[in-house]
Amino acid sequence: MTARERIAGNVANYVDERTGAAAWMKKNLNKVFPDHWSFLLGEIALYSFIILLLSGTFLTFWFDPSQREVVYEGAYQPLSGLKMSAAYASTLHISFEVRGGLLMRQIHHWAALFFMVAIVVHLLRVYFTGAFRKPREFNWIIGVGLLTLGIVEGFLGYSLPDDLLSGTGIRIAEAIIQAVPVVGTYIAFFAFGGAFPGEAFIPRIFTVHVLLLPGIFLALITVHLMLVWYQKHTQYPGPGRTEKNVVGYPLFPVYMAKAGGFFFIVFGVTTFIAAVASINPIWLYGPYTPGQISAGSQPDWYMGWLDGLVRMAPPLETHAFGHTISWNILIPGLIVPGIMFTGLALYPFIESWITGDKREHHLLDRPRNVPNRTATGAMALTFTLVALINGGNDIIAQQFHLSINQIMWFSRIGIIVLPPIAFVITKRICISLQRADRELVLHGKETGRLVRLAHGEFIEVHEEISPEKKWLLTSHEQSGPLELPEIDKAGVRRTDAIRNKIRSRMSVANAEVAPKVSAQDLKEIEHH
Amino acid sequence: MKRLSKYRRHRAAAPMLLVLALLAIGTTFSVASATPNKSALALARSASIEEGKQIFLKGCSSCHGLNAEGGAIAPSLIGVGAASVDFQVATGRMPMADMSTQAMRKKPVYTPEQVAALAVYVASLAPGPAIPGDELLNYERDGSVADGGELFRNNCAMCHNFAGQGGALTQGKYAPTVMGVEPRHIYEAMITGPQSMPVFSDKIITPEEKLSIIKWIKFAESEPALGGASLGRVGPVTEGLLVWTLGIGILIGVAVWLAMKAR
Amino acid sequence: MANDLEAINDPGIPAHVHRKADSDPLAAKKAERQVAILFALSAIGTILFIVSYVAIPEDIFVFIPVMGSTNAHQLFLGLGLAFSLFFIGMGAIHWAKTLMPDQEVSVQRHEFRSDEEDRDELVKTAKEGAAAAGLGRRTLIKRTLGLSLGLVGLSPLLLLRDLGPLPGKSLSTTSWKAGTRLVTDPGDRPIKPEDLEVGAVAQVLPAMLPGQDHRVLSDIGKDAVLLIRLRPEEFNLDAERLSWTHEGIIAFSKICSHMGCAVALYEQQTKHLLCPCHQSTFDVTRAAKVLFGPAARPLPQLALALDSEGYLVAKQPFNEPVGPSFWERSS
Repeated sequence: MTARERIAGNVANYVDERTGAAAWMKKNLNKVFPDHWSFLLGEIALYSFIILLLSGTFLTFWFDPSQREVVYEGAYQPLSGLKMSAAYASTLHISFEVRGGLLMRQIHHWAALFFMVAIVVHLLRVYFTGAFRKPREFNWIIGVGLLTLGIVEGFLGYSLPDDLLSGTGIRIAEAIIQAVPVVGTYIAFFAFGGAFPGEAFIPRIFTVHVLLLPGIFLALITVHLMLVWYQKHTQYPGPGRTEKNVVGYPLFPVYMAKAGGFFFIVFGVTTFIAAVASINPIWLYGPYTPGQISAGSQPDWYMGWLDGLVRMAPPLETHAFGHTISWNILIPGLIVPGIMFTGLALYPFIESWITGDKREHHLLDRPRNVPNRTATGAMALTFTLVALINGGNDIIAQQFHLSINQIMWFSRIGIIVLPPIAFVITKRICISLQRADRELVLHGKETGRLVRLAHGEFIEVHEEISPEKKWLLTSHEQSGPLELPEIDKAGVRRTDAIRNKIRSRMSVANAEVAPKVSAQDLKEIEHH
Repeated sequence: MKRLSKYRRHRAAAPMLLVLALLAIGTTFSVASATPNKSALALARSASIEEGKQIFLKGCSSCHGLNAEGGAIAPSLIGVGAASVDFQVATGRMPMADMSTQAMRKKPVYTPEQVAALAVYVASLAPGPAIPGDELLNYERDGSVADGGELFRNNCAMCHNFAGQGGALTQGKYAPTVMGVEPRHIYEAMITGPQSMPVFSDKIITPEEKLSIIKWIKFAESEPALGGASLGRVGPVTEGLLVWTLGIGILIGVAVWLAMKAR
Repeated sequence: MANDLEAINDPGIPAHVHRKADSDPLAAKKAERQVAILFALSAIGTILFIVSYVAIPEDIFVFIPVMGSTNAHQLFLGLGLAFSLFFIGMGAIHWAKTLMPDQEVSVQRHEFRSDEEDRDELVKTAKEGAAAAGLGRRTLIKRTLGLSLGLVGLSPLLLLRDLGPLPGKSLSTTSWKAGTRLVTDPGDRPIKPEDLEVGAVAQVLPAMLPGQDHRVLSDIGKDAVLLIRLRPEEFNLDAERLSWTHEGIIAFSKICSHMGCAVALYEQQTKHLLCPCHQSTFDVTRAAKVLFGPAARPLPQLALALDSEGYLVAKQPFNEPVGPSFWERSS
């Protein structure tokens, strides 16, 4: 036994005698994780969060979360002598007088963008492969919660420096709060400690940004990961992979080395981008004052869709009985986002209601094999994308010499017309792809080689695909629509007839697929 | 480069140069360049009204009328002043290449002497803003960058963007970038209000304040990237674009490599 | 549908393919060297980081193609850190891929559902516990508990009351009074009508009161006004609104009636005002009527007059609240 092995043994012994962890550790170090690049998207989000904690802590050492008015006398001459908040002045101090401060600020901001991108891409992967199905519905809801909180946390974060751009964002947020019927004005005055902008908001959101929300994040991320751990990871379908097993690499050492290494990769790439590309140059925006504004004022991308919705809203306001309801703010600012996020969170339950499927699923779907879900996803994505594009309509207009009015009308019409079109097209593409799969299994793949038969006819040689591939293309389930009676056995119309009718219709639409190849089909082919 | 000198740390330049050589990235120290300006006002003083009239009749009268009284497609030029002519013609906006939404900055059609003659001719029709003299434009000597920035954000940034990169207006019109524009033309634009732009009167923004604005614009133009590539200085849109393309692209690339079986 | 049809046989996990490094000691040695090189690159990155921190002054700029003139300190500090981190990751992953065992293993899953016995037991325990506590029977306790739990949530809410003052009339009032002078922002100079040419604009604020030496942002957020001069005949206003202008000079609140951004993009030719936040477009000649975009109300107009010294002043306060809508707003 070498000295090193002896030490390792001693440590394990020490820990186990005090915690009895040996059995648990042994089991978990051998935990198996399937290997696929798309399973690393969530990890990018996790690592970005760690980067955010590290870089954020660094920034708090100098940041002064105060809206107290100061006269700037720091190193950045073009703002010298101007009045600004202490928050803005201290952000300038971090940028120009703390060595590496600007780098850390940029790492923090880029990491925030990476965090949100990774969450969204991870969500798309989970959605389109059906990883949210039983038993993982809770984890899906936690994920949607993390996405929502991420948007809020990001917004509060970039609002902290109190620059002209972010101040404009806060102004808009305040207007949304103020638009809430009955209590809006009060909530706004409580949140801002008086009339906008006041001197209380930045210190308050600082506490929320660095303490409250990160705490909630840590708790939710912990539960999110524990559930992944406990429920074991899903896996893609393929030879040897079933609902009952999980095929992959053990946590120790392979997966640990890979996952640990990937953390450094994410940190390294974020730092690289932060080194070469400027982000949020607050010294150019200038300090916030409500009387100033810059052309092309935009939020960060994860808020862009919201801004796009607000921009395209119709100019509707109701004035009645001495009160005002601003539909032009409420609909795009609260109602539509509320529907979007509620729908997102409830999707697993809606789908299982439609399919009537209450079984556990650990094998992922190929998106084409679930045309309705894939099409619904494409529809939601199209909606969000149109909103996002409209959020940058002025920049697009300026760069491509278009008219903001035209882009706005494109978005106003497009947000209603394009999502259904995306649904139909995606569904058709999925079903065509299924047919192509069917062809491939039945007739093999085209080789491009032409052969002349004895009687003179030319045929193209088709090469039979491997048994593994055949299995991959046929192993998915295809279940028919639910049969829900509108009339019960006694011939009376059921009380839930309308609900059943809706459910049946959706179930029928959901079951629309190109039939997969069965063993019988293959046998028939052989007989020919 | 002088801005940060307050906390400049004096160290030997040798290790620095070593690092640069080590990385072998093509590097050169940025040098501020100053191009000598011929005074447009001086040219205008020696130009002849008659010559300007001839140029006008040939090149401008088809739209602006034989006596600059304006027409169906072009405004009257009576009383617009020499500054307006100098701005429009010397930046190439006039004559317009086509009847598009707005006149664009392009290579000027006329020589500085011809522009001066045109300006003198139009100025002779009725009094209007004159071409600013060099003493009003010496931004290198006078004015304050900080004041200029404050004035710019209050009066200009809403159309021209926080860093003077320009922005969109209604119906396809736009506020052009103010980067790379001659100080004289910036000044003339402020006092004449070309196209969509309003006038900034001397009592509202004093000549000294205008000079500070020019000083700030010239500063913004030459300010080196402090935090890396500027991404066009148009705010978060390009930042989002970068993270959705290059950023997540690199990470997914590494993820694919990570999950690929080694041979 | 297809469920009753027989599925194709699962061929099982494909046979393991060995890597070169598993059998060939030379390949293994090579992989080991590659990993070592990657780790060494990381170390070089850290050295670059330290050298940049210590030796590159912050006011040195280098020209990099694409990026332009860039701050050398920031750039090399970042690149050093990026390399040091990135190559640790590359090394670890390459190590795992080439030299650590790559045999895929398959382990069984277990259904999460507990067995029937345990489930029945739990239901029984829950029922017994509830019965023992008398939850079903003692309705008085149940109701008062519900009441107290419901009410206890109110106390933290109440504690939040002192976060801010009540709105009162604050949103409906500004600093503009009858006779308040319009002054330039920045500069604080009073304005005479002849100071503005036709086509000119001015960003203005109310003159500070005697003894006031600076402005509070909350005031600017309501007081900011845009002054515009047109030809009087260009107006298309009713008699009252026309009387609020002075020789073609008209003043509007700069705070957008939609969401409060500064509406200050004045297009001199079309006489339109555009808000850069959400593109609401207002027609200056028709008392800032909304032409396009999400805003539902015109910008409030400030009535103008001249004082005895000939300076522009407010004839009266704004006749409606400025800025975005709120519940208590009556029109």
